[in-house]
Amino acid sequence: MTSVVIVDDHQLFRSGVRAELDGFVDVLGDAATVEDAVRLVVEAEPDVVVLDVQMPGGGGVEVIRQVAERRPAQRFLALSVSDAPEDVIAVIRAGARGYVTKTISGPELADAVRRVADGDAVFSPRLAGFVLDAFAGGIPEREVDPQLDQLSAREREVLRHIARGYLYKEIAQRLSISTKTVEAHVSAVLRKLQLSNRHELSRWAVERRLID
Amino acid sequence: MPPVSAPAAVPLRRDPERGVIAGVAAGLAARIGIDPVIVRVAFAATSVVGGAGLAAYLLAWVLIPTEGDAKAPIERIAGRQDTWMVVAGAVCLALAALLLLREWGLWFSDQFVWPVILAAAGGALIWRQSTAPPEEGAPPRATRARSVPSLRLPADATGRALVGAALVVGGGLVFLWLNDALQPARDVLLAVVVVLISLALILAPLWLRLVRGLTAERAERIRSQERAEVAAHLHDSVLQTLALMQKRVDDPREVAALARRQERELRAWLNGRRAPGDATVASALEAAAAEVEEAHGVPVEVVAVGDAPLDVRAEALVAAAREALVNAAKFAPDGPVVLYAEVAPERIEVFVRDRGPGFEPDDVPEDRRGVRESIVGRMERHGGRAVLHTAPGEGTEVELVIER
Repeated sequence: MTSVVIVDDHQLFRSGVRAELDGFVDVLGDAATVEDAVRLVVEAEPDVVVLDVQMPGGGGVEVIRQVAERRPAQRFLALSVSDAPEDVIAVIRAGARGYVTKTISGPELADAVRRVADGDAVFSPRLAGFVLDAFAGGIPEREVDPQLDQLSAREREVLRHIARGYLYKEIAQRLSISTKTVEAHVSAVLRKLQLSNRHELSRWAVERRLID
Repeated sequence: MPPVSAPAAVPLRRDPERGVIAGVAAGLAARIGIDPVIVRVAFAATSVVGGAGLAAYLLAWVLIPTEGDAKAPIERIAGRQDTWMVVAGAVCLALAALLLLREWGLWFSDQFVWPVILAAAGGALIWRQSTAPPEEGAPPRATRARSVPSLRLPADATGRALVGAALVVGGGLVFLWLNDALQPARDVLLAVVVVLISLALILAPLWLRLVRGLTAERAERIRSQERAEVAAHLHDSVLQTLALMQKRVDDPREVAALARRQERELRAWLNGRRAPGDATVASALEAAAAEVEEAHGVPVEVVAVGDAPLDVRAEALVAAAREALVNAAKFAPDGPVVLYAEVAPERIEVFVRDRGPGFEPDDVPEDRRGVRESIVGRMERHGGRAVLHTAPGEGTEVELVIER
């Protein structure tokens, strides 16, 4: 069974998630602060860390950064009430392999955890929308690294389907490709999101922040 | 920039990068199509013999704009051309009035002329400055950037006001000097300056402390105002909703709807994304989704990529999307419903997807107006289209497209 550590500063939420995941995955423990989380993750060595984006002391991004120094292969799934694009994009760029909102149901969350444990990326419709937004619009020709800064037509099509609420296997069926290929496309998008220096990504986040 | 008559001709521009002094010779040479050295020699020769070259060079420096610069230096200094017209007009009027007075015999001495002219010019400059409408500044920044109203005059406006003030004061001083009134004035002035400096030395620390105290007090006031505002908002919204929810504990559906509505409202408040009345496609779709969610108690997730102002056709699209949401809420009451909207430069697409039972599209009776009239018909009337993707057990997706 997939082993999990839950990191969230809200006691109520930790116990809620724990109860929901019970029976689907093996919950090794939970932590409420960045320090506790790093210590627990390094000791318990879970398959997946489910963590909140916003926490005192640097939030999920800080947990990912500190754990990655000691356990570079650790996998993270972000779970948040925040739908602010800059929060979400920041935690993905820090290294989380997916982002789901806290309204997700227990079985769906367990499924997302398993997929992250398998090395896949988990995109909610909202995250897919953010990514399409971030990669929209042209940038000067000479600054483009097509390997990182642009989505292929197929990747865009897959993301659009995720944003429309389709599951991977439904997308595979509609596009006449295998589910594995859909997963490969999503992983490629995740890689681009994490590695692209596309200035649009940061500018876009800053613009959003300006509005707040 | 003045229009270029012949497309092949190079406009006359200074070229400081390749020039020796200000790039006048380099610019001229490029315009005529000869070696800049020839032009430079010509300038140097005419400067040495008679000095005409020097004058011409300085004139060209001031009058010819550089490459990529719309305005010549003199234009930049002058700024608004009409300001200077007004100044010239005021000077002419003052001269005319003086001449008229002399003609009538109401004349003291010619010593008046220059002070009055100077003062008139300066006064006109200042008055013009304070009544002129704000100049068009930098082009508007990125569309979403918030515009900050500035209370400070632009730098060149301040500069012009200073020139005006200097002219007025100068005129007054010249007047005093011409009337030999400056000598006693200087003695008085010295005493006044000494007293003022001593006073400044005594009062400066007090004044500084006062200013600091005021700033701190102001910051504190702003903070407490903000706190009060947040408290008021939370009281009106969140606390009210929590109280309502405690009363309705036995109706989970109602509680969920209350929580959902409060969540949406709080998010909107926290993000403060759009000003009300600033209608866009995304905000209209979000509003429609919120309405349907409230009326039918089915959660609707709205994902929007890009945005655009709401026009008549986009309004039709939103109305059709609303109808599709209502259908989804009716036939898939267990939710969730996902609305995805993509606003691209060439088209707007909206997808409304539910996970309901789905149906056989051909089995829908002709008289079912919902889909046929309010969705398909409406889209077609506005030059768009609606496509239904569904099959029994597959859920339903309504695709709405308008080309822009």
